[in-house]
Amino acid sequence: MRDCPKALPADDPRNDSRTPGSDGDDDMTELTRPIRRLLGRSDSPEPAAVPAAPAVAEPSRAADGPSIAVDIPESDPLLAYLQTATGPVEIAKLELDSPAVAAMREAGVALVVPLVSQGELIGTLNLGPRLSEQDYSTDDRRLLTTLAAQAAPAIRVAQLVREQAHEAAERERLEQEMRVATLIQQQFLPRELPNLPQWQIAAYYGPARAVGGDFYDFIEMPGGRIGIAVGDVTDKGVPAALVMARTHSVLRAEATRSDSPGEILARANALLVPEMPARMFVTCLFAVLDPATGRIVLANAGHNLPYVRTANGVIELRATGMPLGLLPDIRYEETEGTIDPGSSMLLYSDGLVEAHDPANEMYGFPRLAEEMKVDDAGSELLDRLLDTLHAFTGPDWEQEDDITLVTLRRAAGVSDEPHGESTLLTEFSVPGEEGNERLVMDRVAAAVEHLGLQPARLERLKTAVSEAAMNAIEYGSQGRPDISVEVSVETTPRAVVVRITDQALSGPVPSDAEAPDIDAKLAGLQKPRGWGLFLIRAMVDEMDVTTDGTTQTVTLTLVREEGE
Amino acid sequence: MEIVEFTATVSGTAEAATVRCEGDLNGRADAAMEAAYTEAAALDATQITLDFEQVGYINSTGIALIVRLLTSARADGRTVRASGLTAHYRQIFEITRLSDYMEILDDAPIGAATTAGGEGA
Repeated sequence: MRDCPKALPADDPRNDSRTPGSDGDDDMTELTRPIRRLLGRSDSPEPAAVPAAPAVAEPSRAADGPSIAVDIPESDPLLAYLQTATGPVEIAKLELDSPAVAAMREAGVALVVPLVSQGELIGTLNLGPRLSEQDYSTDDRRLLTTLAAQAAPAIRVAQLVREQAHEAAERERLEQEMRVATLIQQQFLPRELPNLPQWQIAAYYGPARAVGGDFYDFIEMPGGRIGIAVGDVTDKGVPAALVMARTHSVLRAEATRSDSPGEILARANALLVPEMPARMFVTCLFAVLDPATGRIVLANAGHNLPYVRTANGVIELRATGMPLGLLPDIRYEETEGTIDPGSSMLLYSDGLVEAHDPANEMYGFPRLAEEMKVDDAGSELLDRLLDTLHAFTGPDWEQEDDITLVTLRRAAGVSDEPHGESTLLTEFSVPGEEGNERLVMDRVAAAVEHLGLQPARLERLKTAVSEAAMNAIEYGSQGRPDISVEVSVETTPRAVVVRITDQALSGPVPSDAEAPDIDAKLAGLQKPRGWGLFLIRAMVDEMDVTTDGTTQTVTLTLVREEGE
Repeated sequence: MEIVEFTATVSGTAEAATVRCEGDLNGRADAAMEAAYTEAAALDATQITLDFEQVGYINSTGIALIVRLLTSARADGRTVRASGLTAHYRQIFEITRLSDYMEILDDAPIGAATTAGGEGA
């Protein structure tokens, strides 16, 4: 498609090739001024409009007055003709079966000068008949040919500049929209994860570049139960984010009116159907967990089925139902299961299973089910799933869709026995500055001093705290004093629990970091560093890492022995 | 408890050099440890003893410095020993298997109670 310059009036003094001694450059400048002003590329798929010359030559009016649009469809033979024409083309004499030629004649165009730059027809200069009613002379044509040859590159540059400006504005608009979508999205993600004794809960939300409509939520329900929602809105950007926000609010409201996940989804659906934009809907899984027993009841509105790793293998908790917002009066069946001590559950969005590797193979459900078989503690499952995903997709992967993961693990081992009532011993923060791990260590040691931990066990706790704090400072805060590291120390009759929370500026702590091997280090096969996580695990009874997408918390548990 | 800057003082002969360490052994002790090894190597000592009696705190970055020193010493044909370690740090040297490559002197039983001044970590 092409936009062509408006015709200059015939016999316009600026167009007078008969002017003796006229300077060609000056003429071109005068001629191209209106051309620059009027040229431009349209993004419309419609045929280009060719403004034609006014039939009556009125110099002062014709130059700036209204023009007559002449469409030249891409298929019109006139375009091919002009592409190869060697100079001005007299429309009246042109024998071409071309609607555009007919339209030009109708509009009073007498002469068409092709503007060709680097072999590409970028526009035409359309002229009406001369006021003198004489034909255009050979000199006129020669001058017009020269002018066109000089003007075309300048016009092309102007076109490119305009195109680039348009593209930059479009990019900025899209990026701004994505920023808004991300802002909306993040406003509705939980700022904190539920802190449930014997449960390790972790969540991850990774937006794609074109932010989708993933969400997750934890809702406190009567009887100490927790509602867990994971959902995915079709579409992307601001529309998806707004539907996500509305769905989030509806689910929260309905969770106060019912403790049945099926009823909650049915009521949410009834509210969402009338207001759902065309071609949009929401898949959502809503589960109600009783942390005391591990019993979980869930209903599903077209979302991915959750995986549960049990002592007997990995199972899916099956429940079916239509996505929210599609049809009214939908009932949602409920299914239930139990998460036993040591078992894990994964809720996720399809951004994970539908990720592709460089060979375009999909990550897929079987791979995910296989990953679920590994018995990770707490958020290590989440970290490992992400590591596996990144290893699968490779370093150049552009994330296709939002990825949301929520993992729940009912603690095994020392946590099988209730810790009892927890007492907060201290809570403080330190600047994320190198060396402050020593400060954290000393303050934690002071906080637990009265507990009478055996000296050797106190030393182990101190080393673990120091290493965890050092990781938080080095990676979570990237050594920046303005980014703080939060520390809390609690005690129960059974254990001392230290939580160190950082801002995860360098991403999550890798759970599968290469185990340090002194032989390999001395042989130069491993770097001398890399002992931190190894030492932490060796020093305390449990180490758990949880993340909520914004912060990361390392929880260190040291079981208290008799007399402590 | 204050952070105690690390220093390393080298003494000895061509047979055996001692690097007397003092303070917190962490990543910031890098230059001091390297200089100490260079000085011990200049003595042409075949055996280097790292004396940790005055070291109150060793973290993983400090262990990395010991690994690096040990790598250099092995490449140069020198043996390295450690003395003055608290029970806690002896345990860490064993967990990390540094003790496979360094003789640990002052063989107090692991897990024994230590004084506050000597434990430090």
